[in-house]
Amino acid sequence: MSEIKQLNDTELKELTGLSYKLREKCLTMIHNVQSGHPGGTFSALDLILVLYKKIISQCNEWTCSPQWDKRDRFVLSKGHASAGLYAVLAECGYFCDDELMSFRKLGARLQGHPSCNCVPGVEIPAGSLGQGLSMANGIALSLKLDKNPAKVFVMMGDGELQEGQVWEAAMSCAHYKLNNVIAVIDRNRLQIDGCTEDIKALEPLADKWRAFGWDVLSVNGHDFQQIYQAYQVAVNITNEKNKPIIIIADTIKGKGVSFMENNAGWHGKATKEEEFTKAVEELRGKC
Amino acid sequence: MLTDNKIVSSLRQAYGETLVQLGAENKNIVVLDADLACSTQTIQFKKAFPERFFNMGVAEQDAIGTAAGLAYSGKTAFFSTFAVFASGRAWDQVRCSVAYPKFDVKIVATHGGVTVGEDGATHQALEDISLMRSLPNMKVIIPADSVETKAVIRYIAENKGPYYVRLTRPAMPEIFDAKKYKFDMKAKVLVEGKDITIATYGETVVEALKCAEMLKEKGISAEIINVPVIKPLDEETILKSARKTGAVLTVENHSIIGGLGSAVCELLAENQPLPVKRVGVRDVFGQSGEYTELMKKYGLVAEKFIEDAMQLIEKK
Repeated sequence: MSEIKQLNDTELKELTGLSYKLREKCLTMIHNVQSGHPGGTFSALDLILVLYKKIISQCNEWTCSPQWDKRDRFVLSKGHASAGLYAVLAECGYFCDDELMSFRKLGARLQGHPSCNCVPGVEIPAGSLGQGLSMANGIALSLKLDKNPAKVFVMMGDGELQEGQVWEAAMSCAHYKLNNVIAVIDRNRLQIDGCTEDIKALEPLADKWRAFGWDVLSVNGHDFQQIYQAYQVAVNITNEKNKPIIIIADTIKGKGVSFMENNAGWHGKATKEEEFTKAVEELRGKC
Repeated sequence: MLTDNKIVSSLRQAYGETLVQLGAENKNIVVLDADLACSTQTIQFKKAFPERFFNMGVAEQDAIGTAAGLAYSGKTAFFSTFAVFASGRAWDQVRCSVAYPKFDVKIVATHGGVTVGEDGATHQALEDISLMRSLPNMKVIIPADSVETKAVIRYIAENKGPYYVRLTRPAMPEIFDAKKYKFDMKAKVLVEGKDITIATYGETVVEALKCAEMLKEKGISAEIINVPVIKPLDEETILKSARKTGAVLTVENHSIIGGLGSAVCELLAENQPLPVKRVGVRDVFGQSGEYTELMKKYGLVAEKFIEDAMQLIEKK
């Protein structure tokens, strides 16, 4: 079992600054094309950022392929948070930062919802909700057949958990003892039409996953120290036990822009000019 | 190419046997099933290579996604269940997780069409070819006998990308000579003729051959084409025959909407408009019954569609 490390003050400051810098990029991408999903992108961003910057093993030599065999895999099941994934991938050097502004435009590699055939670093396609965990399980089974120790991280939205396929996959993952799967729920408690608990209640969510044979961790999805530690604990636990683990991360939809926070209306809407200016100003103030 | 060996053999059995052979040759082949391994005959692969077989339970959507993940990671993933579930229950998963990214998933769906028999409408896939044919990147194949099945399964294992293959529930008379038959994604003229083209696939190929004999007795020369690949359609062979005979009868164990009949109409309407008649299930659900009775009920036997052929010739 590896020792659980803590972020030092410099790392913490860097991650915090970067998270707001990337939020500004995402917001600009969405504003630029006047379409996209800021709410769920901002709730998921800190979780994706810590994963790529501190946890997953990836190929850092860019002469070497993003398809490097031993890399940990990241499956974004909530494909509408694509802007967040693209911004983090560009930050990690998978492709040039300039490309971000082609997001959602005709002929662009950066499709509205991710396509995996053309974007370096995007493992699987997503967009139709509920399909990521099944694909993560397939990747995990393949890794086990090949005796490859890499892990598969998969992020789902909370509204997405209303899809029946998620629970089919939850059963499969536990049944096949896929201790190389680490799932993350972006629990921002909002979906397009309102609160998850009003639309179709998910609680008691942790109990549901436990009942399906998973270990469960809960964290604040915007506390970098907690996120970092939860990922490490998850890796440790899965190395010790023959079962998958899920991190339920309490997050805030629209996190970082005060007028977007906890407002379902910002699920899939771009900013108007005035809103954009205000939001950018606020994000820059937090860097 | 044809045989007169009079042997009746199971396409599903042939599928299972071929999977085992392929599994021995290629360690990257994995097989998934959704609680129907005995029916689909993937059980044979399970017995031979248990570590590469995954029973996903009664969960077709998850099974397709898992197959997609395995295929993404370099495996050639075969998934089998009944055609109605493989195509309908998991259609969006096939669309987004398999066809869109062009993953190497082979959906081999058994129990297609009304020949499922007694289980009735819920289990009789009459729309599967239509559903699968409309997906970009998806290729659709229906073998007619066990010889063709073996060749098709080997072909799809050796060629990357998504395929949908539909197999029959009943055993079928062997049509093709195993020594001479070669599968190359093309349609094949089995009997040459000049008065009418009968294009078909699967269970009804043997009926079409029968129909050609019956028409011959009436002095009508029918050209019989086996079209195992509905997509990509072998346009050249069908157009050539259609131009020669001037009328095309399509016969299929599927809805007349969206299957071979539709594909042929689309082709001819754009290239060579001429009289066509689609024989198939005419926009209704199936029902329980012994499968040969159902074939008769829905007009899929030679004795029935010979009338369609005669009427069609009069329209020329």
